[in-house]
Amino acid sequence: MDAAIRVDRLSKRFGRLDVLRDVSCAVGEGEVVCIIGPSGSGKSTLLRCMNGLEEATSGRVLVHGLEVHDRGTDLDAVRREVGMVFQRFNLFPHKTVLQNVTLAPGLLRGLTAGEARERAEALLAKVGVADKRDAWPNQLSGGQQQRVAIARALAMQPKIMLFDEPTSSLDPEMVGEVLAVMQQLAEEGMTMAVVTHEMGFARRVADRVFFLDQGQLLEEGTPAAVFDQPREERTRQFLSKVL
Amino acid sequence: MDEQQILWFGWFRADIIKEYEPLFWEGLRMTVGVTAVCIVQGTLLGLLLGLARLADARHPLSKTLCRVLLRWPATVYVSFFRGTPLFVQILLMHFAVVPLFVNPADGWLVAGDTARDLRQNYGAVITGIVSLTLNAGAYISEIFRAGIQSIDRGQMEAARSLGLSYAQAMYHVVLPQAFRRMLPPLGNNAIALLKDSSLVSAVGLAELAYAARTVAGAYSRYWEPYLTISVMYWTLTLLLAWGVRHLEARYGRGDSR
Repeated sequence: MDAAIRVDRLSKRFGRLDVLRDVSCAVGEGEVVCIIGPSGSGKSTLLRCMNGLEEATSGRVLVHGLEVHDRGTDLDAVRREVGMVFQRFNLFPHKTVLQNVTLAPGLLRGLTAGEARERAEALLAKVGVADKRDAWPNQLSGGQQQRVAIARALAMQPKIMLFDEPTSSLDPEMVGEVLAVMQQLAEEGMTMAVVTHEMGFARRVADRVFFLDQGQLLEEGTPAAVFDQPREERTRQFLSKVL
Repeated sequence: MDEQQILWFGWFRADIIKEYEPLFWEGLRMTVGVTAVCIVQGTLLGLLLGLARLADARHPLSKTLCRVLLRWPATVYVSFFRGTPLFVQILLMHFAVVPLFVNPADGWLVAGDTARDLRQNYGAVITGIVSLTLNAGAYISEIFRAGIQSIDRGQMEAARSLGLSYAQAMYHVVLPQAFRRMLPPLGNNAIALLKDSSLVSAVGLAELAYAARTVAGAYSRYWEPYLTISVMYWTLTLLLAWGVRHLEARYGRGDSR
């Protein structure tokens, strides 16, 4: 079976800075991969290359066999199948919670207003913010905003979900509620790539863990392998600081 | 004429204004009409120019095309219309550019008798609307550009990550938020446009300033006509400012950033 996401010798340069160096990896169908590493190691850039938010300097990214950075690929069509959740939530502040979730499916999935609302309400209930449907984003806590953002991405019924440090700008007491939603999603079989500093989550939920350092994929393996018996000295150093 | 003099405050010849009342109303209608048309057209032109100045693409070739075909021309355009006096633009438009397109002899757009009629009856209106629109478009494009750039990049990224096209993301996500921030400068621009429309009287557009000049010429009295149109302009700008404040209050909610 082909991988949901295949990254093939991907390099990315910002000016003279090598952000990603010859990274190759794959995320299988239904697999949950957590990408860990020190800040500036290229984790977020790798994730953002997976849905074409970031250009590749060289190499390829294939999502369900479609080459993300190829001119001939309908990138919008690829993105409809790949949801993304951002560190800063990026909810649309001029739209209510419900409108945030209904916008894309209404425009792109051909749902009627009623169908889109029904789907949105079900998803808002799933992530536990059903009672906030008519609120504005700025009236919600960070944890609630992030859960709405997850619902917004899920409303497109994507086959893959990308999470870019989804809990990094949350107050500590709100981290749990967001991770719980993500864990539920993982248990339902969603293909997920998660850039995170939550090592507990990675150990509990991930099928595999990628360790990135200075733009290179230094180590990958099951959480048990990476966390308990890291092969690389650099991985050991990093883990000793964060665990 | 002197027997019917009406004096206000002992010096203001109200009878002059009374006599020419229709001319002033006519002028008011023209001023408001031209301003309204130019605000609408200038905003559309400004949006297009603003988007052109922000045009970018993912791939190297399209990137170069965007720069050469959209960004540079738009930048030069804006620079010219902001860097030369509107008065000179109006004269250039009226006596050089419009005759090129509308000319009984060999107009590029209209020729023959139609052209003669058009020039005679609507020449000044055409000049006024075209030059004010082109000028306002340049200023408004800067407002759009700044407004769009002020919106957090994450908004565009979130919209695109859902699968929205650039145009859909602009229309549904970025522009509505940018528009709120643009309302105050757009309002100022509309007020400036209203006042600047008086310059078109130089080529004979029968608007407020032209009416005042006609009356001043007939009576060699200057306080009455110019004070009258000053009050009329002032009233209009106050109304516009009030309208903009009203819009701001209405559309300002829900924006947290």
